[in-house]
Amino acid sequence: MKNLKTVVLQNGEIADGYFRMAILAPGYTRAAQPGQFVMLRIQEQIQPLLRRPFGIYRAAAMPAQCSGLPEREFVELIYKVVGKGTTLMTTLKPGDSVELLGPLGEGFTIDSNINNHLLVGGGIGIVPLYMLAQQLCKRGDKVRLLMGGRSRDDILCISEFERLGVDVNIATEDGSLGETGLVTAVLERELLNFPQAGVYACGPMPMLSAVQAICCSAHVLLQVSLEALMACGIGACLGCVVPGREHSDDTPQYLCTCRQGPVFAAEDLAWPSRSNNDCHSGQGGK
Amino acid sequence: MRDIPEVASDVAVKMAVEVAGLTLRNPVMPASGTFGYGAEFEPYLNLDGLGALVTKGLSLRPKAGNPTPRIAECSCGMLNAIGLQNIGIDAFVEEKVPFLKGVSTPVIANFFGNTLDEYIQVADKLEKIDVVTGVELNISCPNVKRGGIVFGTDPAAAAKVVSEVRRCLTKPLIVKLTPNVTDITVIARAVEEAGADIICCINTVTGMAVDIKSRRLSLANGTGGLSGPAIKPIALRMVHQVVNAVSVPVIGVGGIASAEDALEFLLLGAKAIQVGTANLVNPGTMGEIVVGMERFLAESGISDINDWIGSLHG
Repeated sequence: MKNLKTVVLQNGEIADGYFRMAILAPGYTRAAQPGQFVMLRIQEQIQPLLRRPFGIYRAAAMPAQCSGLPEREFVELIYKVVGKGTTLMTTLKPGDSVELLGPLGEGFTIDSNINNHLLVGGGIGIVPLYMLAQQLCKRGDKVRLLMGGRSRDDILCISEFERLGVDVNIATEDGSLGETGLVTAVLERELLNFPQAGVYACGPMPMLSAVQAICCSAHVLLQVSLEALMACGIGACLGCVVPGREHSDDTPQYLCTCRQGPVFAAEDLAWPSRSNNDCHSGQGGK
Repeated sequence: MRDIPEVASDVAVKMAVEVAGLTLRNPVMPASGTFGYGAEFEPYLNLDGLGALVTKGLSLRPKAGNPTPRIAECSCGMLNAIGLQNIGIDAFVEEKVPFLKGVSTPVIANFFGNTLDEYIQVADKLEKIDVVTGVELNISCPNVKRGGIVFGTDPAAAAKVVSEVRRCLTKPLIVKLTPNVTDITVIARAVEEAGADIICCINTVTGMAVDIKSRRLSLANGTGGLSGPAIKPIALRMVHQVVNAVSVPVIGVGGIASAEDALEFLLLGAKAIQVGTANLVNPGTMGEIVVGMERFLAESGISDINDWIGSLHG
């Protein structure tokens, strides 16, 4: 964990509205764990004031080059252009200065007793799943990615997962790629084939709620990676909290997304589904 | 911060200040609520290089805080409505004090109560905690219904709570004021008379954000406290007013993000300054501010920061 004053190595559009940025990041190949994130500051400025949180897609090293460039570690972020901050990010060029705070947060927990894994992504929710897939594949486990989006433009980086040896199912709402429909329907079906699988999900909240309900009734362990509005990323501002399992209006219980997450065991969170309590007894906890 | 080249500094600048019994190695400290309980910043900042540490606001019992969303960004600032979430005074003693004992910097405990009685009970407990050098009474949080700002907007209520906690405390008592009043000098004089050793101003400015896509207010609480560079001119004005209205020392806070910002408040006569939102943007900010101030003073031929404090012309 530190604040690196560093530079952009690459930044370009990879699909309509989605960009990929590589940032020089010494130490990240060892330090970054699957599911962790960084807080990125684009330049020393007060507008926009706050850093933006981004999940780490990948940390890797470029080999030393005969031109004399030494080995360089970098971290890759994939971002969707949604507002002023991300619009400004698209203008960054190789060599531009940025500040990188991280790697931050608690990532995915890998249970050595589980050898079948279903990774469920919605749109930009693919980001934290890549390093997870890398680690799981390295163990020789069976890994399947279930990827959903509105249309084919929201389905990113699939071939990179396939190269790791991941089996991929795609579902789009408009049917422009893969099956037509929601990725949650694919999950229900695949859980019949892999009833002992561990499930890991990242995507929009309605998707995560549906995934939680499905995993709950199938009695499988689920970890979710959450997104939240965040000011500091280090547990100081308490702006990014989410309701925990014991939360009620009368006795609120909040968990800090940046510090206790962004990856949570689903059973530690409060969900709209009424069956959540049954889950805790059914799964026996984690 | 300005990019100043290393100066071959033969001028050693004395940075220490005395603020009503508090001896600070420099006038820079965090604003409560932007610094957790201190340990969160250890990887990014030399805690032993600060003037003081100021804790998150503590209450008698743990407080869960407000529903989400709790924060919204706005032009050159942010709104927050955290709702004073904290672990409570007893957990503070058990879980946070051991870490703070290892830091050489004076610890100032910020605290609040839902009722006058709770303020008194927390003050009693803080008096007995050795690691706590001074206390900061929060009568200015805009984001909770009870406690906080209810006491801070009425001079009689403010004086009452200050005089009651004063009786339990021998430690230096800072009272943090809200800008959300018609005339801050009236409150400042009231708390000074009631026994405040130091006045700290300003807390956040009540504001609001609206989302035109969802057609909802951006914060679950509706209103929130505006902080960051956007409020610096308001803070400068109010610090100037309070410095001229009272004889106790004043700690200036509101939108400070650089050494220059800090020097502005000191020039107006603030004896020390607090850094808030800038800690959230860059956890190393306060260290950079200390270094930047020292350089500026050295370059200006000023060997003691106390000669800069309150040296505004005219």
